[in-house]
Amino acid sequence: MILTLAIRNLFHDRIRLIVTLVGILFSIVLVAVQLGLYLGARQMIIGMIENAQGELWITAYGAKSFEEGGILLTPRERHAALAAPGVAAVVPLVVSFAEWRKPGGGSTTSVIVGADPEDGGLEPWSLVEGSVAAMAAPDGIAVDRSYLGDLGITGVGDTAQIEQGRVRVRAITDGIRSFTMAPYVFTTLNRARSLLGVPGENTTFFLVQVEPGADVEGLRKDLAARLPGTEILTKAEFRDRSLDQWLFSTGAGVALIGGAILGLLVGTVIVAQTLYSSTKDHLNEFATLRALGSSSGYIHKVILAQAGLSAVIGYVLGMMIALAVVVLSTHTALPIIMTPGLAVSLFLLTLFMCAISAVSAIMKVTKIDPAMVFSR
Amino acid sequence: MSHPVVLEAISIVKELGEGAGKVRALKGVSLSLRAGELTLLMGPSGSGKTTLLSILGCILTPTSGSVRIGGEKIDGLDAEKLAGLRRRHIGFVFQSYNLFPTLTAIENVRLALDVRGMTHAETVAKAEAALKAVGLAHKLRSYPRNMSGGEQQRVAVARALAGAPSVILADEPTAALDSENGHAVMALLAQIAKDHDHAVLAVTHDPRTHAYADRIVRIEDGRIVGEDRRAEAHKNVKKYDITRKRKANA
Repeated sequence: MILTLAIRNLFHDRIRLIVTLVGILFSIVLVAVQLGLYLGARQMIIGMIENAQGELWITAYGAKSFEEGGILLTPRERHAALAAPGVAAVVPLVVSFAEWRKPGGGSTTSVIVGADPEDGGLEPWSLVEGSVAAMAAPDGIAVDRSYLGDLGITGVGDTAQIEQGRVRVRAITDGIRSFTMAPYVFTTLNRARSLLGVPGENTTFFLVQVEPGADVEGLRKDLAARLPGTEILTKAEFRDRSLDQWLFSTGAGVALIGGAILGLLVGTVIVAQTLYSSTKDHLNEFATLRALGSSSGYIHKVILAQAGLSAVIGYVLGMMIALAVVVLSTHTALPIIMTPGLAVSLFLLTLFMCAISAVSAIMKVTKIDPAMVFSR
Repeated sequence: MSHPVVLEAISIVKELGEGAGKVRALKGVSLSLRAGELTLLMGPSGSGKTTLLSILGCILTPTSGSVRIGGEKIDGLDAEKLAGLRRRHIGFVFQSYNLFPTLTAIENVRLALDVRGMTHAETVAKAEAALKAVGLAHKLRSYPRNMSGGEQQRVAVARALAGAPSVILADEPTAALDSENGHAVMALLAQIAKDHDHAVLAVTHDPRTHAYADRIVRIEDGRIVGEDRRAEAHKNVKKYDITRKRKANA
């Protein structure tokens, strides 16, 4: 009967139900979009690090992120690392912002990612046109198709200029987006050094591939002792550092999470207000229930059931809209990501929000005086 | 042989309000209700009828004095324990019926059983039986808005009856009803007292109800001022045939 009474109370006043559902719906869409953007941004920031083949990263001291590592490491560090027991390979990577000059005029900022595919450290993935082997041609590069317009090119075979060097698009990827909005441009290690005018064989990072069964933590300490002036980071540490730099030091992540919290607060207030007014309208009925001998827990369950039903209906409607927004954002520069984990979390968050909203209504009925049934 | 006492109030004093606004609503009321009897509690407005009803119904506790219902004392019990006593021993009938407008007749009755922790099947069976007993077997799925005042009050009686309480307390049960429905409801309460061996107490101003009473208790200014016990032979109760009335209305 608890559920029956909750459903009837809820659907008795349709206007109020609509207001409640719209409140939950907006809240869910807002939170889903904000958290989806957060996940999308996170994915973009850590994409390169996650796809790199190596357990440890050697960076110049104080490197803030994948894009801001400087080009300060030298072959001396590479040789010292190779000498450490347990190291299978040390793959050099050159990463730096660079000016891209569009063939039709104008320029934009790009991020050069230089690595030799045969080293097995980091190469473009999700190729939709061309090949990694073709990228090895003297002027070869690979770019993502979502940035073709920004780069002023149309596809494979087009040419452009990076800093002082001429390049030709040899491969196109799909879905490798950049949080900084500066498109990634993959090329070979030496081509990257040449385009960026890097002196000698300087490098941004060394990617350390560890021998099977080696103690990664022990190796990290060994490398730290062998390579003063550098930092030895695990994949997880480097990922967290990049996230910290782009999401939190810039305030972008705080804005996204703040927006999500704001969405939750707005939803909570709207649901609380409507539940409270619904409870107030049904106060005489709750007093009657109390007079009939119901425990206060029984009445609380009715209110919580109302809140739970609102949450479920609001969630279903909200998720339908949120998923439509996710689909629409797929090919934009900042795609919104919806994962099963986020969907489940949003549902739990909605239930929590509605349960919190029920508190004011529960406090109202807790003070109910069953004697009021005689004064009607 | 006289019926057993199921509810007993001894020297009840109840003070309402605080400080300068404090009022002594009951000034030492003693009252016993026996199974099988319909007792009317009559008195002018402000005499303390509703306060006494609230105390007998375990909704309020007395300032002093003692109330015992089904052998259990209510003194010093908190709100949840009083609710438990109401579940076990009391059925209420209210002046304005207090039905849930969003629930059907059977759902209204089932709700009173559900709060007692009965299973779905039990609530359905007992609610159907109670509504049948008050002549509303044909109105199980009707909403209060589609029922007359008399029918709504009979649903309220069924709701009070369904949980098989030892005491049914009715607050002005005929006040909102026309003459015919008022008689029907009083006849029903009298019949319930007899057939189901319940103690029924009705607070009323309505002189039409006298005919159905086994006992009339008068209260004034917070004190019991008189009591009439009516011999069965003198009662002018026409057995009210609900089925016949329903057919006539149809």
